[in-house]
Amino acid sequence: MKKLTVEVVTPDGRIVNDQFDMVVVHSEKGELGILPGHAPLIAPLIISSARLKTGNESMKVAIGGGLVEVDQDHVTLLAQSAETPAKIDVQRARKAKERAERRIQQKRDHVDFRRAELALKRAINRLNMIDEDI
Amino acid sequence: MIPSLREIQKRINSTEKTKQITNAMHMVAASKLGKSETTNHAFVAYAEKIEEMVHHIVESYGEHNHPIIIPRKVKKTAYFVVTADRGLAGPFNNQVLRRLEEIIAERHHSPREYTIISIGRIGRDYFKKRNMPVLRTVTDLPDNPYFSDLEDLTFDTVQFYLDGEFDQLEMIYNHFLSAMTQEVRSKRILPLIGEDDVEDLKKSRHSEFIFEPNEEEILKSLLPQYAESLIYGAFLESKASENAARMNAMRNATDNADKMISDLRMQYNRARQAQITQELSEIISGADAQND
Repeated sequence: MKKLTVEVVTPDGRIVNDQFDMVVVHSEKGELGILPGHAPLIAPLIISSARLKTGNESMKVAIGGGLVEVDQDHVTLLAQSAETPAKIDVQRARKAKERAERRIQQKRDHVDFRRAELALKRAINRLNMIDEDI
Repeated sequence: MIPSLREIQKRINSTEKTKQITNAMHMVAASKLGKSETTNHAFVAYAEKIEEMVHHIVESYGEHNHPIIIPRKVKKTAYFVVTADRGLAGPFNNQVLRRLEEIIAERHHSPREYTIISIGRIGRDYFKKRNMPVLRTVTDLPDNPYFSDLEDLTFDTVQFYLDGEFDQLEMIYNHFLSAMTQEVRSKRILPLIGEDDVEDLKKSRHSEFIFEPNEEEILKSLLPQYAESLIYGAFLESKASENAARMNAMRNATDNADKMISDLRMQYNRARQAQITQELSEIISGADAQND
């Protein structure tokens, strides 16, 4: 059976580079399942988790927003941050969540507000991944 | 007066100690440079991929009106200046600040026409002392940074541009060519293309990609991410250059100390020889006087 070559690329390096049967990501329009033979595609990803499946096994990756590119059974997830559940620092994510919540309440300038909003979404996304695992 | 033996010995000892310190700093910088190169290497895969995607989309899309791509009338320019937190790195900091001064002197008549975004203590102190307009300043970034260390600054910078805080962004930083050579670069980051290239963009080409939902929406999220990656890339270059510059400066200092020690040893031996000769001639003349 044909497989997908999946790469998850972040500014800190490639965190996944392997073969999978199926990839499920969340684009702005909703869930997107990619199987081998998919048409070439580029779509933005929201802050969410991606699932990489082989047989019955499924691997999750927290995506801090980015893009997905599909080109001839080669799937590239391009994200500013991405972690597998094992790599998530729970302490740090909790602290980031609290800090972001504080900053949103203070409502200083609007740049700060938007940034805090994104930080909060990313922290919640990371924490969700851990909770689902337990 | 010729210095005494003890004085020379003291100077030799203190130079030896300085040499030990500069030598240690040289080793530390060399190992940090090694790590910087690994970080840069990890980043290259991302940088290449995002650039490729931008090309795919920009090429297939004829009507470009996104502010990140298209130049607008420049009322205010922002200079993103990357310096180090510490000195002792040869010309690393000075040459960046000098380049900024040159550019400002050439282009601007009043401080209202430009603003500065600065990384590093050296830059921060320099701008503060001269009362230059600073929009954001960040210091004490780690030697081996992750993208998250710089995320807030890159995000804010791009947002400021989109909000019209400034109309053009230029980075001034040390570009890493090799462990021996680094050069100061000033590079336009925003807008992504210059006035002259706008016409080229209007010709759209066919692309086999499906853009979901459409090119415009993708550009909205891709372009800021791309601009941020350019800033981060330049910062990584600067970090590698800093470690290389510090390594070279400390190696030169160690070499100079070696040379100084060998000169001092020569002086020491001469003085010792002179002392022995003098003592001998005193003994001989004393003995001669007794024989008479």
